Amino acid sequence: MAIETSVNGKPVTFHVDDDTPLLWALREELRLTGTKFGCGIAACGACSVHVDGEVVRSCSVPVGTVAGKSITTIEGLGTPEAPHALQTAWIAHQVPQCGYCQSGQLMAAAALLSHSPRPTDAQIDAAMTNICRCATYVRIREAIHAVAGTSAGAVA
Amino acid sequence: MKLHRRYFLIGGAAVVGAGVFSVWWGDKAALSRAKQLTTGPGQSSFAGWLKIANDDTITVYSPHIDFGQGSHTALAQMLADELDADWSRIRVEQAPADYAFGNTALAKLFVPSLAGQPAMKHLPDQVFSLLARNVPLQVTGGSSAIRATGQYGMRVVGAAARLALIDAAADRMGVPKSELVASDSRITHAKTGKVLRYGELAEAAARQDLVSEPQLKTRDRYTFIGKPIDRFDIPAKVNGTAQYGIDFALPQMRVATVIAAPVRGGTLQSVDHAPAMAVKGVEKVIALDNAVVVVASGYWPALKGARALAPKFGDGGHGGLSSASIYAAQGQLIAAGKPDNHYTTGDAAKVLSAPGAKAIRAEYRVPFLHQAAMEPFAMTGYHADGRLEVWGGTQDPIQTRNLLAQFSGLPVDKVTFHPMIMGGGFGRRFPPYTQIIEQIARVAMQVDHPVKIIWSREEDVKQGAYRPQSLGQLQAALDADGRIAAWQTDYAQFADAESETVFPYTVPATARRHYKYISNQVDAYWRSVNSTQHGFYNESFMDELAHHAGQDPYQFRRAHLPAGGRHLAVLDAVAKRSNWGAPLPAGTGRGIALVESFGTICAHVIEAGLKPDGTPQVHKVWAVIDCGTTVNPKNAEAQVQGGVLMGLSTALGEAITITNGAVDQNSFPDYPILKLADAPLVDVHFIESDAPIGGLGEPGLPPAAPALANALFMATGKRIRTLPIARQLA
Repeated sequence: MAIETSVNGKPVTFHVDDDTPLLWALREELRLTGTKFGCGIAACGACSVHVDGEVVRSCSVPVGTVAGKSITTIEGLGTPEAPHALQTAWIAHQVPQCGYCQSGQLMAAAALLSHSPRPTDAQIDAAMTNICRCATYVRIREAIHAVAGTSAGAVA
Repeated sequence: MKLHRRYFLIGGAAVVGAGVFSVWWGDKAALSRAKQLTTGPGQSSFAGWLKIANDDTITVYSPHIDFGQGSHTALAQMLADELDADWSRIRVEQAPADYAFGNTALAKLFVPSLAGQPAMKHLPDQVFSLLARNVPLQVTGGSSAIRATGQYGMRVVGAAARLALIDAAADRMGVPKSELVASDSRITHAKTGKVLRYGELAEAAARQDLVSEPQLKTRDRYTFIGKPIDRFDIPAKVNGTAQYGIDFALPQMRVATVIAAPVRGGTLQSVDHAPAMAVKGVEKVIALDNAVVVVASGYWPALKGARALAPKFGDGGHGGLSSASIYAAQGQLIAAGKPDNHYTTGDAAKVLSAPGAKAIRAEYRVPFLHQAAMEPFAMTGYHADGRLEVWGGTQDPIQTRNLLAQFSGLPVDKVTFHPMIMGGGFGRRFPPYTQIIEQIARVAMQVDHPVKIIWSREEDVKQGAYRPQSLGQLQAALDADGRIAAWQTDYAQFADAESETVFPYTVPATARRHYKYISNQVDAYWRSVNSTQHGFYNESFMDELAHHAGQDPYQFRRAHLPAGGRHLAVLDAVAKRSNWGAPLPAGTGRGIALVESFGTICAHVIEAGLKPDGTPQVHKVWAVIDCGTTVNPKNAEAQVQGGVLMGLSTALGEAITITNGAVDQNSFPDYPILKLADAPLVDVHFIESDAPIGGLGEPGLPPAAPALANALFMATGKRIRTLPIARQLA
């Protein structure tokens, strides 16, 4: 069936069964492969995208439920010419190692900053629950603080 | 991983006495093929690994894959430094999966027994060339990229190419070589003001035979080595454009997923295809010897189809196996007292059994561990016109290609493997146990379209190739001064760990006895391999002995390390940085551990206590590392931070357990990986020296578990002897 949405600002019609996870509609139909498959059960966050500005784990969101909604993926977070401040910080702090989880980490961090522009460590802890097996967590925290203009250990 | 004992055997190569050797530089067939594979008009190849284009673009070919370790950039730094290159024009490409790019330098590190023989003094390059190109060897593992490929390969190629460029410039300018200076990819003759670009000289330089033993720079002359240069791979990893194996796609591609026998060693007995075929989008069900594969229009229908099946698998006779039965069998092997390997200094048994000796004993247990790379196995294959092409990531592209040929039945020259970057590996992606290589070869041969196999996370967890479950019984005796008089380790696991675990302490009598235990699980490499369990055994037991001796754990270790040595310097540095000995809040403990692995010495101090729920809370980690030289300090710090936190993750909660021969765990909820909220700050400090360069991808990990357990002992008085800690202190 046809499911009409907006992806990264452009109108998109998905032609897949509506129980198909949004992740696979993005990856296989739109070939937006920046959003990653990690577990399929919303446990790792590699597939994080924004739906109407809220971060969701797209492996567990049936595409049928996002009809009429606005989806942002890592490809729409910024562009090479105008990267999101977090993407710039991720490079400056040399955050990624294997990099596989980093699209999801960035989408989670962007959602955090949109709600809490100056997050405390506790807010970062609560929001950043995506798994990184390379364990780049120290630098993820540093990069978020750098963008927010806050410092580790600071209290709101 | 330690390659020389096992990997070469897996490769099945007979190394010595193979007759005629070709010289590394002089391996003309390989060099010619490398050139053919990588160069076009206006491009010149140097030893295969370096390409200089007329426009001054410099391409370094890395025989190592990228799965996050950052060695592509560091290898380029090493080559560019010796080449005196303009960094802004450097790029790195993955070397093709072809014998011409077998990693000669790697063989040199891992065949020390050959390199060390006097008769081999003038042979090594020939031997290594043969080895690397015929084993063939294109491995990423063993923390080897920098210390082997970088040291013996990239730097040598860079230096030799620089000399060839200078020769070419001297010819062209008609001036003596000694008056020429190379820098920034230019050669300058100061007296005449003449300048030639590398791009202008490359063709003439590449016609020369390269010098085989060029003089390398001393560390005071490094320009790129030791600099925190940004990694090449990172920009594409923050904007979604990096293409991992799982991201590859071809027109008309089908997607498949796999369910393999839950008991390793079992085979497929029967499967009714109908329930899967009834799922919309499913096109085919393929039965393999030990697995069933569902091919569909996309991953979701493939997964639904696979889940609709009820395949019957045998258990291969392993249905009685459990984690408890494995520990019991390992204990019985040790009790029987017939070690398969035995290494001694002095007579530990005599000291331990002497009248009046009071032996201190402890038994430690560590579980199977899963690498849990974030990218599940995925490979795309396309068989058409008698050729097989495959795209994906492994830790040895050449061997992957050979296995694809073996499993497809095609000759190797009809098989192409395109290595891609990987979302982690940590030892999981060595071809001999990367089952998806066989699966894609067999499935691609039976599907009329390109087909990509993607493993579910559940398959990834259950069909792993794990760090072995291992049991160690340690005993020691202290003399009247509280020094260790004798130390004995008895341990049961598949592999003899002797060559991988350095015992740094001075003890008059030691015995290490290995009892070979074989389970139905693959004995796999896992980041730091045997240094993880043996680091935990040794450094936990050192702490126990310090406690028995009534001494401070740091001072106790000091007393057993040679004065003026690198181990002592690392230990002292970590104690100083962590303010060892300063008072701590109630409920907080401080632990220390020192482990050498892969030629690198690493010590941690960890401060930790318990959360209100009784699970551990790690407050901070200090890590000090001596790997001789850090080529890229910024990336080196990241490798150590990641290693420390991965080590903590395993200590806190990771375990693969077995029931009725099958793995109990399914996915991240029951195989918990450390998350950001539980990740402490990790202070990393390097000691730079002229010592031989050591590995760095792995050595940061092994001290983490014992340092944490030792900290928790100080905090709670309870000794952790079985990992993971989980809720043992709750």
